[in-house]
Amino acid sequence: MRNPVIEVQGLVNRFGSQVVHDGLDMQVMQHEVFGIVGGSGTGKSVLLRSILGLQRPQAGSVRIEGHDITRASEAQLRPIKARYGVAFQSGALYSGLTVLQNVQLPMLEYLDLEAAVLDELARLKIGLVGLNADAAEKYPAELSGGMVKRAAIARALALDPGLLFLDEPTSGLDPVSAAAFDELMLFLQKELKLTVIMITHDLDSIFRTCNRVGVIVDRHMESDTVERIVDHPNPWIREYFHGERARGARIAAGLPDGAGHGA
Amino acid sequence: MALEIRRTAAGLQIDLTGEWGIRDVEAARAQLAAIDLNAVRAVEVSTRDLTSLDLSGAWALREFLKRVRAGGAAVSFEGAPPDQLRLIDETLKEPAASAPAAAPALKPGLLEDIGEFAVHGWRNALQALGFLGRACVTFAASVTSLRRLRPTSIARHVYETGITAIPITALIAFLVTVIIAYLSAQQLRGLGVDIYVVDLVTIGVLRELGVLLTSIITAGRSASSYAAELGSMQLNEEVDALTATGVDPFEVLVLPRVLGFVIALPLLTIIADLVGLTGGAVLCHWLLDMPITQYVTRVNESIAPTTFWVGIIKAPVFASMIALAGCYRGLQVRNSARELGHKVTVAVVEAIFLVILADALFAVLFMKMDI
Repeated sequence: MRNPVIEVQGLVNRFGSQVVHDGLDMQVMQHEVFGIVGGSGTGKSVLLRSILGLQRPQAGSVRIEGHDITRASEAQLRPIKARYGVAFQSGALYSGLTVLQNVQLPMLEYLDLEAAVLDELARLKIGLVGLNADAAEKYPAELSGGMVKRAAIARALALDPGLLFLDEPTSGLDPVSAAAFDELMLFLQKELKLTVIMITHDLDSIFRTCNRVGVIVDRHMESDTVERIVDHPNPWIREYFHGERARGARIAAGLPDGAGHGA
Repeated sequence: MALEIRRTAAGLQIDLTGEWGIRDVEAARAQLAAIDLNAVRAVEVSTRDLTSLDLSGAWALREFLKRVRAGGAAVSFEGAPPDQLRLIDETLKEPAASAPAAAPALKPGLLEDIGEFAVHGWRNALQALGFLGRACVTFAASVTSLRRLRPTSIARHVYETGITAIPITALIAFLVTVIIAYLSAQQLRGLGVDIYVVDLVTIGVLRELGVLLTSIITAGRSASSYAAELGSMQLNEEVDALTATGVDPFEVLVLPRVLGFVIALPLLTIIADLVGLTGGAVLCHWLLDMPITQYVTRVNESIAPTTFWVGIIKAPVFASMIALAGCYRGLQVRNSARELGHKVTVAVVEAIFLVILADALFAVLFMKMDI
């Protein structure tokens, strides 16, 4: 039961002389919401790309449900890729297809379904993320930012994956939409028993949704539960969770505001 | 995924077993559809041996249960019904209620099609005219100041559309001239007037082929690159960013491209002419045993004072049409990657069409002028 769904060990990513990750370890357990945090340029996206198999690391292993994807061929990766869904930062919806067609595309690629079934299942996913029936027929360019993010999740959920990756899901949303998005994610996570890995900078979102957080500092990852990571001795992590902007989020989440205690 | 069906006194007992996932939805639907519901008054579903049920599997089950209920039978679950069913019920409830009945679309008649085509055509023509007008006005406004003409940008476009196109233009000019010379040599040798091959090649290359071939090749090369470049800038809101900064996109994007190409194409044409004549010389020398000096003399004799200029004068006209078509279509791109591809195609087709059309008009004009 408590086997890690994702296990990254000794990951090394290098671009020329620039070392992004140097022996990075990360574990994500089943049914948890895991947040990836780090300053700009610390390689959050590179880490995500390595986990998704979009980029081969120089060293180390990435296991998804026990399969080492760094050594797998494209053909071996294909069934693994059907087990996770990804919602990219800007949505990455296919601009020439409607929302409905966007959601249907992974199903068409992997499954042999009747047209009516395909339609119904896709509409089910679209309804699940809180988009109405009209939105299904629209093209990505006709959607608002929040709707694009929701449509991206609907597409990520097309194949009923157990694992969902989100890249900055709340970036670019107003606070109300971002809060609604957090609730949607918690709802989906609970109802569909998903394991969620998300890159985020949104402190409110972290405190509201994440069980554990992994912070990339000095080319490694420090991960712990949300309650404990905030008091990590690393100065960058302290600054991140105790800075002026973090206080409000901590208070809102019902955590001690960190002003009175600490070092 | 599998299911076991037992007939009981009350009706059916259905045991779901194994994994019910999206991968097996079709199989599940087939199995469920095959169940005979005749005279069944109650269905009991057991999910005890179910290892996993995803939304799609639950959806297939739900469709079956709908059929059972529609047949008047009662549905019960051994234990609690799966959560997924409730989730689907909640999700699908609202859209079904709010989905408005679509108005039946009227099938357009032929007359309507013609009308729509005409209106679209008229609007497009007006738009194109507006674009051309704005390009001219911007040019008139910028031509007075060297800074606003952006010589660096123009130089970049001369390099990208002109200098880098030299190898391919030269190669094509060489090959096509060789083909023409070879064909005419075969025909004329029988008549004993081989020397006229030189006339044919010289006049053909200088008046028509040099400029036309170069224009068509560079239309494919540059109209597409202009349209794609401006189109992706449009998609990326870069054009809006320029406008918002108070910079006229016509001045920084369209004008340097047009002017750069107007400079590059005549120069390319001269190169194509030279290489074409060389190709003729090579073929005449090898195939007809004509001394190079004789070829050169004959070329000089066959050229009228206007021959070269009749060809080269067309180059700037073709160039501005190609560049304008590329920029015009590029700036029309909106919203999607598919649109970008479509506009690039349209730009290239239009550019080549315009070049050939203008060439025909030039031919008529020169005939009237008797040159």
